[in-house]
Amino acid sequence: MDESYCNCCYCSCIFWLITVKTVGFKSFCFKKSLWVFHFGGASCNNCDIEILDCLTPRYDLERFGILLVGSVRHADVLLVNGSINRRDKERLLEIYNQAAKPVLVVAIGACGCTGGIFAEGNTFAGPVDKIIPVDAYIPGCPPKPEAIIAGIMALVKSK
Amino acid sequence: MAVYLFYFLVFPGLLFAAVTGGFLSWFDRKITARVQFRKGPPLLQPFYDFFKLLLVKETILPKQGSPVVFLMAPVFAVFGATMAGVFILLPLFNITTGFRGDLLVIFYLLTIPSFSYVLGAVASGNPLASVGASREMKLILSYELTFFLVIAGIIVKASQNFDLYSIIQLQKDGAPFLGSISGILLFIAGIFCIQAKLGLVPFDMAEAETELSEGSFIEYSGPPYALIKLTKYIMLLILPCFLVALLMKGFNLRGINILWAFLKVAGVVLLLTLIRNTNPRIKIRQAISFFMIWMNLIAIAAIVLAFFGL
Repeated sequence: MDESYCNCCYCSCIFWLITVKTVGFKSFCFKKSLWVFHFGGASCNNCDIEILDCLTPRYDLERFGILLVGSVRHADVLLVNGSINRRDKERLLEIYNQAAKPVLVVAIGACGCTGGIFAEGNTFAGPVDKIIPVDAYIPGCPPKPEAIIAGIMALVKSK
Repeated sequence: MAVYLFYFLVFPGLLFAAVTGGFLSWFDRKITARVQFRKGPPLLQPFYDFFKLLLVKETILPKQGSPVVFLMAPVFAVFGATMAGVFILLPLFNITTGFRGDLLVIFYLLTIPSFSYVLGAVASGNPLASVGASREMKLILSYELTFFLVIAGIIVKASQNFDLYSIIQLQKDGAPFLGSISGILLFIAGIFCIQAKLGLVPFDMAEAETELSEGSFIEYSGPPYALIKLTKYIMLLILPCFLVALLMKGFNLRGINILWAFLKVAGVVLLLTLIRNTNPRIKIRQAISFFMIWMNLIAIAAIVLAFFGL
C-alpha cells in the first residue's frame, strides 16, 4: 500500500504481522480484498471509462486486491458516478439495500459528489449523499484514474 | 478412527488442500496478470478474500427459494471436494487407501461440487442463477462422458487395475503413461475436462461475469460464498494432482524429487491458466459439441491405441 512497501514474500510476512497486530485481523482482510461494484447513474460515460481505466494494465488495481465483480451481493465497495435523477434514485436505493454489509460507498465525479452542472436540473434527485451514506468523494470531471486510486486508498487507510 | 479424521481434516484433506490450493489460486491469478502485462495480486490474496468473506461480510438469504438448500449446497461442495482430495492425495503420498476401485469413487466424488453449485443456484430463486444452473447442468452432461472415457483409457493402459495406488506404482516401475501416443491423447482430453470442471474461461458460461453477472453464484454472499471459494481452491489443487497421478507417475517424495513433484502440479496449472488466458468464452452449444464429438473421439482413439499397447 505504501510507496516503500515491496511486494516480495519476506516483506509481505513482516507487513502482515505488523498490520495484523495494529488493526486486527478482520479489518485487515477487509482492506486487502475490496471488491468493487460499479453503479452508473445518468452519466456522460467519462467517469465509467476512467473507472475501467483503473483495472487496465497501466493502473492495475488488482495489485491492491481490488476486483470488479458482477453481482452486488459480492461487493465491498459501491462506486457511484453520474448525476442521480429521480428514476436512478430508486435503483440506487435498491442496489444499496441488496449489498451485503459492510459496504463502502464512493461517489465519483462532479455529478456524483455535488450534482455538477445538473444540480439545478428538474429531474435531479440530489447528490449521492442525500440518498445513501457516502464514505469517500472523488471530485473531477472526470477524475483521473490516479485520483480514483488515491481516493480508494485514502478510504482504505481511514477505515 | 483418529487417523481417518486426521486424513480428512488436516493432511492431506481440508487444511492441506485448502492452503496449497490457495497458493495455486494466487499462482493462477499472478500468471494471468503477467500475461496481461499487469503486476498481479500479493501472495496471500486468496486467503484475504476467503477470510474477508468468512468473517466480515453478512449472509443474505433469498426471499423466494429454499434457504436451507441454499446454505447447505456450499457445505456439500466442500465436503465432496475434500473427500475426493483425500482419495486422490493419499495414494500420491504413498499411503494406500486399501480398497480396490477407488478410481470410480473419485469419479463420483468429483461431480459433487458441480452438482452442489447447481442445487444452490436453483435454490436461490434468481432467474440469472437458474440460467447459470441450466448451463452448468448441460456442461456436466457433456464433459462427464469424456472424463469417464479418459479414466477408462487409463484403466486399459494399467492392465485393468481400478486402484489409483497400483496405477501409480505401475508407472513408477515402468514408464509414465504420458510417454505414449495414447497417453498424450488422454492428457489432451483430460486437460479440457479439468478446464470445464474448474469453470475456467473457455467453459465459464455458467458463471459468466459480464453476461449473467456471476450466474450460479449471483445470490451468494458472506460465509457461504467463502465456502464456494474454498471449494474452488481445493479443486484447483486436486484436479491437476489427479492428472499427475493418472498420467505422470505421481509424486516421488525423496530429497530433491519433492521439487519435481511440485513442478509437475504447477506445470499443469500453468497450462490451464494459459488456455484460460488465450481463449474467449464459448457458447454452451459449442461446448457440448466440443466435448460430445471431438473430445470423445480423441478419448476413444486413445482407448483403442492403448488396447493395442501403443
